[in-house]
Amino acid sequence: MAATEETKVWPQQDILQPVPSELWPDSDNPDLLEINLGPNHPSTHGVLRVVTTLDGEVVVGVKCEVGYVHTGIEKNIEQKTYWKAIPYVPRMDYLSFFSGETAFCMATEKALELEVPRRAEWLRVIFQELARIHSHLVFLGTGSVDLGGIALLFYCFRARDEVLDLFEMACGARMHPRYCQVGGVAEDLPKGFDRRCREMITFMRDQIEQYYELIGANPIWLARTKGVGVLSPDFAIRMGMTGPNLRASGVPYDLRSANGGYGGYRDLDFQPIVEQGGDVHARFRIRIEEMRQSLDLIEKALDGLPEGPVMTDDRKIALPPRHELHTSMESLIHHFKLVTEGFEVPAGEVYAPIESARGEFGFHLISDGSARPWRVRLHGPAFVLLQSFAKLCEGVYLADLIAILASIDPVLGDVDR
Amino acid sequence: MLDSVKGFSTTFRHLFHKPVTQQYPEYKRPVYPRFRGRHQLHRHDNGLEKCVGCSLCAAACPSDCIRVVPAENTPDNRVSAGERHARIYEINMARCIFCGYCELACPFDAITLGNDFELSEISREALVYTKGMLLEKPALRTPSQAIDPYDVPAQDEEHVLGMYDIVTATNPEGAES
Repeated sequence: MAATEETKVWPQQDILQPVPSELWPDSDNPDLLEINLGPNHPSTHGVLRVVTTLDGEVVVGVKCEVGYVHTGIEKNIEQKTYWKAIPYVPRMDYLSFFSGETAFCMATEKALELEVPRRAEWLRVIFQELARIHSHLVFLGTGSVDLGGIALLFYCFRARDEVLDLFEMACGARMHPRYCQVGGVAEDLPKGFDRRCREMITFMRDQIEQYYELIGANPIWLARTKGVGVLSPDFAIRMGMTGPNLRASGVPYDLRSANGGYGGYRDLDFQPIVEQGGDVHARFRIRIEEMRQSLDLIEKALDGLPEGPVMTDDRKIALPPRHELHTSMESLIHHFKLVTEGFEVPAGEVYAPIESARGEFGFHLISDGSARPWRVRLHGPAFVLLQSFAKLCEGVYLADLIAILASIDPVLGDVDR
Repeated sequence: MLDSVKGFSTTFRHLFHKPVTQQYPEYKRPVYPRFRGRHQLHRHDNGLEKCVGCSLCAAACPSDCIRVVPAENTPDNRVSAGERHARIYEINMARCIFCGYCELACPFDAITLGNDFELSEISREALVYTKGMLLEKPALRTPSQAIDPYDVPAQDEEHVLGMYDIVTATNPEGAES
């Protein structure tokens, strides 16, 4: 060993030991009651079965059972060419659908070493942030129902429709828009988008004030959320948690700014929001704050939206323009080849993570040089978040278990995929 | 105590707001021009079908819901403008995910995705749309917003059609009603 080389210090042993994702009762008291929450329980946010052991009203055992909405999307993608796989991807994490598309396209672009036009990257930022607002609105609405407040659900879902309208206007579908394409985005924004988007921003800012008025100082809300399900920063990092849940514990880690950011965020001077406390209250607060930050980001992106093409001019990747199909034989042949066979991606492995509404959402793509991915593996944030659920529920009341589950915001389509 | 009242005042204030409810089956909100709903096959002005049975839409479909069986055009039976036509053209609406790749793929602008989204049926068989059904205009049409603000791209007025500009290029009746 060279003298200059430093001795490698390995982490301490206890960090390497796995944290159990299940909680078992430490006594065999016959009075313990085992109940099933789910799979069809409204507050489980999907089809999650939580086998809960109760001592009176106190939770002493938790076991999550997942897999009820396993759809095999990862395997399905391997049967498709890259272009045809894009509409599949947003169906995993169906609340922040646009993040899924972007992650997949970014992974493919990374494998292809393809440059994306700047305007397309900024458009992706706008729609990623819209999807984040959509996801957080659903979280806030359903989360408040879990805690017994119905008013917020109506307010949130009303605002959610405004966001979905923007998706319909620009992308053609309210959810699962397949707007993001390899090499850019599908279409340029329509003329009326800018005005409608700014109207939505004004409307949402007013709405967020109302959410704070409703729950910000409500004593029942505070009693239900403050100090419940406290997640320490060390534990959150150890469990590999990402996203708002990690930032609610005071760790300023956000992929939009970490390692210099990605895509259009590099130009937007993004600073992550951090909330202290790590309890259910902090996790609700940070999402409301993130909505506000997303609105600022969208406004910034709309103001400085660069001119230019929205799709790469690499004809081996992008379909030719429509009008050329009627005039140019070469374009027509390209069109047929791209649709039927797809483009080939050089052999190799890439991993491209982005920050979805739930945390690090990354595609690990292995290509064997053909037009179909050899293996696609998704690092989904919700599955990781669910690992810490049992530990958080140790010794809480049953009603708080629901609150904790709502606050970590898993989407079961993303957990099972 | 005062804090609870503050929360209630927000709810109370909403009593005086205009309701945002839309009386849906009676009132249909116009969809935006880019909306992707029920498919439509198109004809040329002289009545011949635009579809030439090349099956590129079936090749592009991620959910494999399109079935095309081509046949030759003969002088007695001229159906389409090309050499061949689609003898059978079926879309299984139960499988379709409305991604719109078929209209992107079609080199003759023969298939587009229209405005209608009310597609529920009693049986699965009824969801397999045949060529005749797709060529007809749907009986109840969903209205659409104006094309100019919601479909023409923001960047320049004299816009060169890109790869995805199908609605503007081929489906001007999207603006009707």
